[in-house]
Amino acid sequence: MPGNNRDRSPWYWLLLVPIAVPLMTFLYNATEPTLFGFPLFYWLQLAFIVLGVATTTLVYRMTK
Amino acid sequence: MNPGEHVTEIVIFTVLFLVVSGMGFVAARWRRPQDLASLNEWGLGGRNFGSWITWFLVGGDLYTAYTFVAVPALLFGAGATGFFAVPYTVIVYPLVFLILIRLWSVSHVHSLVTPADFVRVRFGSPTLALLVAITGIVATMPYIALQLIGIEAVLKTMGIAGSGFLSDLPLIIAFVILAAYTYQSGLRAPALIAFVKDILIYLVILVAIIYIPARLGGWEVIFGRAQEKFAATPAQGDGILLNANNQLQYFTLALGSALALFLYPHSITGVLASKNRNVIKRNMSALPAYSLLLGLIALLGYMAIAAGVKPIGTDNNTVVPVLFDQMFPDWFAGIAFAAVGIGALVPAAIMSIAAANLFTRNIYREYINPQATDAQEAGVSKLTSLVVKVGAVLFILLIDPQFSIDLQLIGGVIILQTLPSVAIGLFTRWFHKAGLIAGWVAGMGGGLILLYNISNPAIKHAHFGGSAFPLAKLGLDTKMTIYAGFLALLLNLIVAVAGTLIARAAKVPDGPDGTRPDHFTADEGDPRVKDLDLSSST
Repeated sequence: MPGNNRDRSPWYWLLLVPIAVPLMTFLYNATEPTLFGFPLFYWLQLAFIVLGVATTTLVYRMTK
Repeated sequence: MNPGEHVTEIVIFTVLFLVVSGMGFVAARWRRPQDLASLNEWGLGGRNFGSWITWFLVGGDLYTAYTFVAVPALLFGAGATGFFAVPYTVIVYPLVFLILIRLWSVSHVHSLVTPADFVRVRFGSPTLALLVAITGIVATMPYIALQLIGIEAVLKTMGIAGSGFLSDLPLIIAFVILAAYTYQSGLRAPALIAFVKDILIYLVILVAIIYIPARLGGWEVIFGRAQEKFAATPAQGDGILLNANNQLQYFTLALGSALALFLYPHSITGVLASKNRNVIKRNMSALPAYSLLLGLIALLGYMAIAAGVKPIGTDNNTVVPVLFDQMFPDWFAGIAFAAVGIGALVPAAIMSIAAANLFTRNIYREYINPQATDAQEAGVSKLTSLVVKVGAVLFILLIDPQFSIDLQLIGGVIILQTLPSVAIGLFTRWFHKAGLIAGWVAGMGGGLILLYNISNPAIKHAHFGGSAFPLAKLGLDTKMTIYAGFLALLLNLIVAVAGTLIARAAKVPDGPDGTRPDHFTADEGDPRVKDLDLSSST
């Protein structure tokens, strides 16, 4: 049958990174360093969006 | 507030609302199907949406008007804890990446329409499927009602909603129009309207996050004033950072909400309407654009603090509309209000379609008319979608809105209880149907007991006061709190595992599995079960 192994690519394990990192509150629960007036808490969590997009894009390309 | 001061806003709001409603009716002819009389067409738009339409549709479906109003209200009221919406909507896409493509494939092969359809095929148990369907309907209903709260917040700010029947009229008219074009056009209506909604929202937010901070003296001033406000309140849990006691709640709430999001029937409806697996994968990296938008919208709550916004009455949900009203010229405030109002229509339409499909497929077809034709199914779904919307309006008019907010909170906890059968079921058939049913009962009961025991003095609720459960109530010596849904899901999983082992040991007969491993990886163009049946019978 076609595609029996489609969902077994090792690339999928990479998806764990953007799931785990944003849940680690100790990484970002601080004010300093600030960026453009944003405390760390806010700008770093917004930056995690980029991490998520980069990872899912890579996984999509490698499993297309 | 006096409607006389808001004429420009009301006119622009009304015009945009009517234009969009017109689009809703025309949508029936968009991407012309030969016949709308099947759930494939009416309920799933022909299962043929490409990457762009899916992005607008699912984005418009998940990031609702209520979210856009309620998340800033959370930051306005309590600070950092409200920002959980950002990690929540970051982790959700990598988390559901594999789940959704497998669900799409098996639904494609078996022509499934709802999550309960999948459970029916996978575990061969009408009872388990019925439980999943009822959970979905009960969780979705208050969510539709909440969309009305989004519209109501805007109407209140323009001075045309308050108390009494006449003041509810605009809300009723808005929903009657919505009900009519959803009835006629099905999923095509919200798909088409989503384009307008999202363009308006992106426009408003881009302007808001540049223009408002500039008027208020910059981001440093905004965060500074928020910090001053929280430092001055007696409450312990607020502040612009988390404290030692709410970090566990913060990340369990983000994780639990992410796990729950794509178990909601309306999310699955949006996903199943897409054309193939790659459309879904591409959207998993494109949808976070909305998360960025949501993060910026959340900060409107702090801007409202810095601008000295006073909510109308005690309704914190009005802070964003009031902020727009104070900061923007009238004509732009009108556009912003229309963005929120139209933003409520897209998810409300998809939610009512999803709830109607659950009723049709997993109650009507399973228990009332097993021989139902495609056209009969579509007819029942159309009628049910009307009933669902009337129910939502009555909810808002007859019951304290706070009650729908409580119910939506409960909704997130109960929809999580379908995770073992729907999400885990996509990867393994290890669980026994009896174990899954026992787990559902335990998780549901446990979740409700936990929520019942959460009090919130701030809104004078002795019960159902929020989702943060104090661990001290379990006898632990700590002030930490945890998301109630997370505990309930753990209980569900433990009981499901134990129940499965017991059922196997006692040789309780299990239901048949209608799927094969390759059904979970099939793509566009691969044969469907229906086609296979036809070819073997001729």
